[in-house]
Amino acid sequence: MEKFTTLRAVAAPLPMVNIDTDKIIPKQFLKTIARTGLAKGLFYEMRFDEKGQPKDGFVLDQPAYRHAQILIAGENFGCGSSREHAPWALLDAGIRCIVSTSFADIFYNNCFKNGILPIVLPKEQVDMLMDDAQRGANAVLTVDLEKQEITGPDGGTIQFDLDPYRKHCLLNGLDDIALTLEKADKIDAYEARQQQAEPWLAG
Amino acid sequence: MSAPRTLFDKIWDSHVVSRQDDGTCLIYIDRHLVHEVTSPQAFEGLRLSGRKPRRPDAALAVADHNVPTTDRSRGIDDEESRIQVETLAKNCADFGIPYYDVDDVRQGIVHIIGPEQGFTLPGMTIVCGDSHTSTHGAFGALAFGIGTSEVEHVLATQTLIQKPAKNMRITVEGQAPLGVTAKDLILAIIAKLGTAGGTGHVVEYAGEAIRALSMEGRMTVCNMSIEAGARAGLIAPDQTTFDYVMGRPLAPKAGQWESALAYWKTLPSDPGATYDTEVTLNAAEIEPQVTWGTSPEDVAPISGRVPDPASARDEGKRAAMQRSLEYMDLNAGMAVQDIKVDKVFIGSCTNGRIEDLRQVATLAKGRKVAPGVHAMIVPGSGLVKNQAEEEGLDKIFIEAGFDWREPGCSMCLAMNADKLQPGERCASTSNRNFEGRQGRGGRTHLVSPGMAAAAAIAGHLADVRDLG
Repeated sequence: MEKFTTLRAVAAPLPMVNIDTDKIIPKQFLKTIARTGLAKGLFYEMRFDEKGQPKDGFVLDQPAYRHAQILIAGENFGCGSSREHAPWALLDAGIRCIVSTSFADIFYNNCFKNGILPIVLPKEQVDMLMDDAQRGANAVLTVDLEKQEITGPDGGTIQFDLDPYRKHCLLNGLDDIALTLEKADKIDAYEARQQQAEPWLAG
Repeated sequence: MSAPRTLFDKIWDSHVVSRQDDGTCLIYIDRHLVHEVTSPQAFEGLRLSGRKPRRPDAALAVADHNVPTTDRSRGIDDEESRIQVETLAKNCADFGIPYYDVDDVRQGIVHIIGPEQGFTLPGMTIVCGDSHTSTHGAFGALAFGIGTSEVEHVLATQTLIQKPAKNMRITVEGQAPLGVTAKDLILAIIAKLGTAGGTGHVVEYAGEAIRALSMEGRMTVCNMSIEAGARAGLIAPDQTTFDYVMGRPLAPKAGQWESALAYWKTLPSDPGATYDTEVTLNAAEIEPQVTWGTSPEDVAPISGRVPDPASARDEGKRAAMQRSLEYMDLNAGMAVQDIKVDKVFIGSCTNGRIEDLRQVATLAKGRKVAPGVHAMIVPGSGLVKNQAEEEGLDKIFIEAGFDWREPGCSMCLAMNADKLQPGERCASTSNRNFEGRQGRGGRTHLVSPGMAAAAAIAGHLADVRDLG
């Protein structure tokens, strides 16, 4: 997983509530057995018509936002299906940070496994960043994970909260599985205890 | 004496392998369900890192999302779907994971077959790369959906890194009126809570109306917890649970059954246990429900009208309602019962169990599907299909003009050939009415199996209570 330290990038506004993971990447792109190359399916139905021709106007297709790496989105972003294809598609399209008033739990969790930083802020601050993001190519934000701070185009700063463990893993690009396997003795001990207490779980 | 604990607290506490100072825990996972869509990249990850599944015996795999629901003897036409299913079979063979082949009578939707086989038991932690894993909470098991990275984590370590969720209790008091089913209860709950109302929580469903539900009904309720934002739903195990579990192929056998039962009886929340959030509904006030929009919270009673976006709680929701009405091609103020349907879909992990099919058969008997309506019935598993056929339900369905099919996820998410065409409108017993969910441009109205049957017969959304 790629580390996340600081990110200076254009932020694109996506002022819709309840953007579900079906909308982020529809089902026809879930048939892949790979985790790369999914950018082509990102927000597909908002970007392409029924014949697969590009539609005008979707924010990430506008020249000013083509290189956006930050999304400012409405509440409950990423609700619905657990498909990790959603963060994979966002990452493949260059998105490394999403700001909203709230995220659905599974999507939020999936972001951290892929080096994407989801930031939760109060509505007034998201509204402010949404206004900033409307400025097209000038909507440049700087996200500093170590300081837990977003700097706006005018130099104003916003602090954000983050779970310390998740921050640590993201800053260092750590592989969860390797970390967990360091605790193999504890897992062994748990299994031995469980076998005694609940032998019917042996499978 | 220790403080009173909730059902969630008890399951959580008994699965903590280690705890960090900041409250992050490593929790043990008892059971892992695997399907073809969210697992290939996880198995690939194991191969790349040279890791092996820690406990292949604690996993169970099946292909459900991509499988055709028509004759399967010719295999799967769609190449990508076929490759995905073949990849699952190969991964399971390579890593020693039990797998129900597409031709196996036990094949079916992952959340139907777990309970059916007794793979799902009270007090367990159960995960699957699928958000509707919440279904298994009906047994008093902590069950939740995970992403593919976590699927790999569970395969490699049999654990997950988690922080405890908050406790919410939703109490449905009183008795549900005739014609009001588990599906109507959960739609009413989602309408009340909102699609993000359960975020960060595990929901325990309680109260007379919940206790009165069969296991099938309880599974329907817990299944849609995720549609209210909660990763998991729970219902305390009781005699209804134990009766359902006993004798299933993977359930504890005689000799172990008694000790398992004794443990399961300790699981219900202690008197005086506290919840971070409490919500109460009165079942007597709930009518058969339908969704009118493109979020599962967009719910109206069947006697109601399509709401006006002007009534929305805030600007964001107003814009969403407006967009929903345009997508659904509906006008604010129109009677819900005036909404005509082109298709009806009965099935899914929400409502693809035997009891759901019996309900449909009762209504379909001696009646006909309205001209111009295509009404599909997709059983949740091969065993559900066999059971229905043993009871003669298939004959009733076919006689009434329903299309009786092979088991799978089918048009709940339209990954196989079963999908809505642009502009088509469907009364569906599935769980999501998102834009494009059942096919691009398709319009979904979520309903109970009885309401789906009523819509099929009437040709429009209709009140099941009028069918008598």
